Amino acid sequence: MNGTQAISSPAETGISMEEESTFRYELATVWVLLVRDLRRFFRQRSRIAGALIQPLLFWLILGSGFSGTFRMEGSEGLGYLEYFYPGILLQVVLFTSIFTTMSVIEDRNEGFLQAVLVSPSSRLALVLGKSLGGTSIALFQLVLFLLVAPWAGFPLGDISWPVLLTVLFLTGLCLTGIGFFMAWKIGTIAGYHAIMSVLLLPLWVLSGAMFPVPDDPAWLATIMRFNPMTYCVEVIRWCLYGLGALPPAGGTGIPLLTAFLLIALFAVFAQGVAWLACRKGE
Amino acid sequence: MTSVLEVKNLSRRFGNLQAVDGLSFDVKPGEIFGLLGPNGAGKTTTFHLLTGLLAPDAGEFFLNGKKADPTDGRSRVSVGVAFQKPSVDGKLTGRENLEMGAALYALPQTLAKEKIKIALERSGLAARAGEAVEKYSGGMRRRLELERVLLSDPKLLILDEPTQGLDQSAFRSFWDVILALRKERGMTVLLTTHDPREAEFCDRIAVLDKGRLLVCDTPEKLRAKVGGEVIVVEAERAGELSGEIASRFSVSPVVSGDQISFEKEKAHELVPRIVESFPVGRIRSVQVHRPTLADVFLKITGRGLEQETTEAAA
Repeated sequence: MNGTQAISSPAETGISMEEESTFRYELATVWVLLVRDLRRFFRQRSRIAGALIQPLLFWLILGSGFSGTFRMEGSEGLGYLEYFYPGILLQVVLFTSIFTTMSVIEDRNEGFLQAVLVSPSSRLALVLGKSLGGTSIALFQLVLFLLVAPWAGFPLGDISWPVLLTVLFLTGLCLTGIGFFMAWKIGTIAGYHAIMSVLLLPLWVLSGAMFPVPDDPAWLATIMRFNPMTYCVEVIRWCLYGLGALPPAGGTGIPLLTAFLLIALFAVFAQGVAWLACRKGE
Repeated sequence: MTSVLEVKNLSRRFGNLQAVDGLSFDVKPGEIFGLLGPNGAGKTTTFHLLTGLLAPDAGEFFLNGKKADPTDGRSRVSVGVAFQKPSVDGKLTGRENLEMGAALYALPQTLAKEKIKIALERSGLAARAGEAVEKYSGGMRRRLELERVLLSDPKLLILDEPTQGLDQSAFRSFWDVILALRKERGMTVLLTTHDPREAEFCDRIAVLDKGRLLVCDTPEKLRAKVGGEVIVVEAERAGELSGEIASRFSVSPVVSGDQISFEKEKAHELVPRIVESFPVGRIRSVQVHRPTLADVFLKITGRGLEQETTEAAA
């Protein structure tokens, strides 16, 4: 357009150059934190083993235990191992998020995060890097756990993979965001454990992971409808059957796009809350 | 000449505790500047304020003449910070830690590689660069931390209790590096310490107590405040004995724990007289030494550097 104005004063060009360079620091920091969490994960064999075996055991034991009593109206052929499977996917994201963000507590006072905090990057890069690290570890575990999906009644060819992976990724950002926020605010491991088991575990139980949204009592149905995780489980379940299929029974019946947007919105919210918590000095 | 760091009236309170109270000082280019005080004097809070980890209640500080803004990362590019508990990742190797450090400051790959190679050689860590840092000794971790900080060529180095817990040889080699850096690169260093030996390496020292800056001067001038020589008498009932020494030898001793200390010209001449004046067993030991910065602190505040301020900040 008007090239003469674009050149403008040297001071202005100086500022824009500096702004460009801060963006490099943000990107680098996100990358460093992501790679670091992955390296740490893959270097601890016990963590890998635990992360792979735990969901499998959880699914088989709880799933078999309840399969005798589980009946869902309208879908008589549905076994509990099949019903429970999407819930385990959410549980993997939940546990991994809690585990990876818990490290923030010590890391911030006597670990590597100190170096990140005094580096040129912003706190947003810190939150995003840490969240992407936890989410990536969760996705790795999820993909391996999804290999047994055919035994739960979900042929791999029927699964709507792109949407499923996207929604699992967004769920990861939701839960790591909350985890980071709690870890930053609470500041002690014992307190963090207490709060997470009081807050996040019920969030999982009441997400449709273990039982469908009931007609009665109404208060329980209301809580479940307000729980963002309910929509995560619902979309995950839908993707497992394939999006071409009818919406899965026992859910809220919300349209797919609306559910998807709600999850995305909550992911942004969770990341934002984590960012605000650590943005200013205490 | 513009100060590398200029601190104006910096204050921070935690609940009822005024951890840092109207702190002002400035650090000149190439200077090694020490904040000396016991635990709880406000050193760590000051360190957190100057590194942007805490926001001040009042006051401000300037880096190279520019007002520091904790939300603006650009002001942190030229500052290197080493922590008391090294900010290294124990699960990763020494080399990986350095690589992450270089990446945080967005150093180009080839430059980073070259610098890491030099850093590993200079620090003597090259042979163990592929080992997880959790297997390193405390001294090695400090060295790694320092080398990581140096990768970005900071103009100002801020160190929190850099040698606390290190043995004598690690202490010496740490300071050899710092002094060499100052000589080679003209680096400016700000450090907190409660170790009078460490304070001797500083060009200037700000003496902190209860969040306030009491005096700021060169070690030599601070020592001159004590004058003469210092006698330290160790005894069981120090308080009682102190009164008797005061009246008998017309000195004004300070009691700190089981130690009574006072200064006097030609104090060594007093030693035999003190020993002879009291029955065997009342005095455990008597020492004479040239004044140290610990004596300066005792003289100014009436308390020892090793004593923790009672209402210490966490």
